Amino acid sequence: MSFLFQIFQPNMLSQPFMVNAFLSGSIVAVLAAIVGFFVILRGYTFAAHALPKIGFAGASGAVMFGVNPLIGLVVFAVSGALSIGLLGKRGRHDVITALVLVVALGTGALFLVITDNYATGAYALLFGQLVGVSGSEVVEIAILGVICIGVLSFLYRPLLFASILQEGAEARGISIRLLGMVFLVVVGITTAITVPVVGALLSFSLMIGPAATTQYVTHHPFRSMGLSVSISLFTVWSALTLAYDTGWPIGFFVAAISAIIYCLARFTAKRNPITFVRSQMKPKNL
Amino acid sequence: MRGFFPIFFAPGFFTSSQVVNALWVGTFVAAVSGMIGVFVVIRGQSFVGHALTDLGATGASGAFLIGLNIWYGFLSFGLLAGAGVELMGDKNHRSRDIATGIILSFAMGLGALFLYFDTITSNNATVSMLVLFGSIFVMDPTMTPIVIGVGLATIVLLGVLYRPLILSSVNPEIARTRGVPVRLVGLIFMILLAAAVEDGALVLGALLSTALLIGPAAAAVRLTSRTGLALIWAAGMGILATWLGIILAYDSYEWPPYGRGWPVSFFTAVLILVFYLVSHFISKRSRWLLIREVNEK
Repeated sequence: MSFLFQIFQPNMLSQPFMVNAFLSGSIVAVLAAIVGFFVILRGYTFAAHALPKIGFAGASGAVMFGVNPLIGLVVFAVSGALSIGLLGKRGRHDVITALVLVVALGTGALFLVITDNYATGAYALLFGQLVGVSGSEVVEIAILGVICIGVLSFLYRPLLFASILQEGAEARGISIRLLGMVFLVVVGITTAITVPVVGALLSFSLMIGPAATTQYVTHHPFRSMGLSVSISLFTVWSALTLAYDTGWPIGFFVAAISAIIYCLARFTAKRNPITFVRSQMKPKNL
Repeated sequence: MRGFFPIFFAPGFFTSSQVVNALWVGTFVAAVSGMIGVFVVIRGQSFVGHALTDLGATGASGAFLIGLNIWYGFLSFGLLAGAGVELMGDKNHRSRDIATGIILSFAMGLGALFLYFDTITSNNATVSMLVLFGSIFVMDPTMTPIVIGVGLATIVLLGVLYRPLILSSVNPEIARTRGVPVRLVGLIFMILLAAAVEDGALVLGALLSTALLIGPAAAAVRLTSRTGLALIWAAGMGILATWLGIILAYDSYEWPPYGRGWPVSFFTAVLILVFYLVSHFISKRSRWLLIREVNEK
């Protein structure tokens, strides 16, 4: 019993910053899991990895100009998403993702040098910290999160269709390019609000970890998203609790827990998931 | 011209041993990264190429923790991870990316923990910035021969592997029917790739060595459809971007905020983007498809 109290310290939620962390963490967990489902389905893993780092550069720029880091995160992540979508060729945007990423990071390095903000500011943004989110930021994160969910629910059917059967969707007059752009912008905003909670380097594991795991368990889109959301919430809540106990970076716990869950699912599953999902989702079912 | 010269090359540029060292190391790293990068672009392995540096960063922060030079951490983790990704390699491009992503995110989590301990034990946070953003000017000069040696070895091996590598990159099926051991070639290439990007990580930092790997190569395959020429173009542009980056970074000690100097990686990344955009305007389409066609004949 005393062991349990060591993990779940009774006074944890009486700290205002922990309440903020749990609130924003929960919002981010739900959104990242749903966006992650489509990221995995569409094979946007690299973009999901690059956008938080691009956002990181924006945040360090915002620190330099003395504005809210969240604005810098959103501006850079969204413009990064737009450039990847605009310059990337159909089905091959890995090269342009890498280029946009390095230019953003170079700029970020410059901002950090100019503000002489290497030590404190950058570390928190890269690896996440418990006191990273203030009360007003929780509200901002919630608003952005609701917008993303709204856009996604509006796009749900065409996006699912286009992700699985691009030619079929095109034949029905869906603009693949526009759809891809809008989706990338949603990924950008999602990463922007995830970074203050779990950090730029690890917000990517929250996005792909739970979604990749559920592909081994269920093939139904709704069930799959529901399961991702549960895994994601579990990951974030336990990561926050453990980070509070140990003082270690939240990002480490998020990455470790989601990797463990992924391995459990992968080595107990029998089928190669993605090809199976695709074979199940025939156009007639949509 | 006489007036321009001292403005461009700030006084003391060629006499500073750090700068000369940086120029030597930078040249080799840029050449190796550019050449390997051409194959990375043809094979569509940009994500793995970038992931290897992040994985190397985990090794580097671990090495710092136990008191080794960070270079050994970069190299050992990079080689292990490269071999691991290739061996786990799936035919399905998408699921290979996902597997790479999961390994990568776990390793980055571990790296975050190592850096946290580094920061606590050494009581300064600059090590994480050194690992992530690199600094060619503060490199340990005794490392120079090792870095250059690894670079040279990579180029030699790339030369030995040249024909089978091209064939198995453009068309694995044809390569297989001609008796090329495609998997073995892929594995050796991944090891060369790891060596190249970890060299770059030491110079530009883990976050930016991707710039030298992908940028010049992506521009080069737009300029020519001959693989050999593309290698030369990529190496040349990489070297140029690195030299200009070092010169401008040295000059920038005179710029605001005075005395701190802008990072080499900033200049190099921007120059590489400029090269890419210029090549984009010269040639409207990427020729990696053409490279495939030419080599298939």
